[in-house]
Amino acid sequence: MTENMLHLFEYEFFRNAVWAALLASVTCGITGSYIVAKRMVFISGGITHASFGGIGIAYFLGFNPVAGAAVFSILSALGIEYVSGKTNVREDSAIGILWSLGMALGIIFVFMTPGYAPNLMSYLFGSILTVGKTDLLLMLGLSAVIVGFFARFYHTILFISFDEEYARAHRIAVGLFKYILISLVALTIVMNIRIVGIILVISFLTIPQSTANLFTKNLRMMMIYSIIIGITGSLTGIYISYYLDIPSGATIIFAFVVLFGLAKIIQVLRTRMLIRRQVNQLSNQ
Amino acid sequence: MSVIIEIRDASAGYNHDVVLHDVNLTIQEEDYIGVIGPNGGGKTTLVRLILGLIQPLRGEVIYHGDKQRNLIGYLPQVSQTDRSFPISVNEVVLSGLMSARSGLSTYTRNDRSRASEILEMMGIAHLRKKSIGELSGGQMQRAFLGRAIISEPRLLILDEPNTFVDNKFEHDLYELLRELNEKMAILMVSHDVGTITSYVKTIACVNRNLHYHRSNIITQSQLAAYNCPIQLITHGEVPHTVLGEHHHNHD
Repeated sequence: MTENMLHLFEYEFFRNAVWAALLASVTCGITGSYIVAKRMVFISGGITHASFGGIGIAYFLGFNPVAGAAVFSILSALGIEYVSGKTNVREDSAIGILWSLGMALGIIFVFMTPGYAPNLMSYLFGSILTVGKTDLLLMLGLSAVIVGFFARFYHTILFISFDEEYARAHRIAVGLFKYILISLVALTIVMNIRIVGIILVISFLTIPQSTANLFTKNLRMMMIYSIIIGITGSLTGIYISYYLDIPSGATIIFAFVVLFGLAKIIQVLRTRMLIRRQVNQLSNQ
Repeated sequence: MSVIIEIRDASAGYNHDVVLHDVNLTIQEEDYIGVIGPNGGGKTTLVRLILGLIQPLRGEVIYHGDKQRNLIGYLPQVSQTDRSFPISVNEVVLSGLMSARSGLSTYTRNDRSRASEILEMMGIAHLRKKSIGELSGGQMQRAFLGRAIISEPRLLILDEPNTFVDNKFEHDLYELLRELNEKMAILMVSHDVGTITSYVKTIACVNRNLHYHRSNIITQSQLAAYNCPIQLITHGEVPHTVLGEHHHNHD
């Protein structure tokens, strides 16, 4: 079995998949922790689905679908950020509208595109086993930008996210930071649509992070744990999907949920044990 | 005494509603101003105006800052905090040092030892590694006060500081504010008029307009003259408040 697992590394597609899993775990681990801490999961869902509009238009006009998704997701991310900061539109309604508008545009344009839309299913459901060199280089670049930005401005990001108004009172460029952060979230989503697909990408941004959050209340540790959990879950998912010949994106997400379940059980047992120990100590006194 | 902040003929509001009209206020070193007024009268708007979170619709707010020192420290209302946010008590206090000037970078060893001093001073040193949500309302208030004063601002603004605190801390808080007042001006918003007037030096009555009362002793008829319809909580005769006397009224 071990030999079997290792011999897979002889195939380029498999090595690429492993690299993709590592890089996806890094980008999602960091921006996903930010999303979970800031309670922006719904916003991220909106950005994800809005990007389908970009994929549809790119198919229709014959561009690269990933580029179309990137443009659409960044524009919708900046739009949501602007709406939530400036106007009186209810934010959740605005997100709901954008969410379905993106999907509607995507469906219309894909339908209007003559002939068969190649790879459309891989954008909806992801396929980590077909990730190419270009995808990997883009993901590597994005990882470098995200790691660099969060490392340099970690304290500022933490400060702004915890208490935006206080940061404004300290004359910190809160608006600029929020626009940059939401753009990084949008780019993370687009780059990982290739891995797990539009429908499941939000799980990569939230399940490892929620699992990490069970064990730490520190944002930095949450990011690090999420990356480790992301790598564990996605590699497990890749192997299982390869051997059982089932879709990789869905298998990865399923592995995340199983890890979350295990972590929850461990956490509950640990809490119970600590309480029992305290009670014993008190009654022995 | 040097002037820290001047508000000149300022009007402010949201969504076309003018909440504050033609307000004038000069805050100087050593000031200790209690801001009172009815709900919706514009107390919080005044605070937001001073903090620069909203711009005046008319008039101006002038800051007389020196570049070396943070101008304003601010204690917001605790109720607005997201209690599940992953941030530790120590990190909250340290964040008070962050400003656009400081380069938005990491904290120095000096900053960290300063944070330890502040945590000690607030009596929450043993909680420094806890996440903010694990604290009680009063403990959280201390952490936020630590964040407000760590940079030794020239003006400390407190918005309803006595909302969540227990009696023990309330006493400590006012004691601490008296000490801090030797180093910084204080502006405190409160609905608990009876309590704050025992500690502040002057009173600003805010109800769309601002009436500045150069004493901490105020009577019901003066409040009426200022168009400030709030009930003084009194025990026996008015006025009962003299600076330096600590007694609390809780009805």
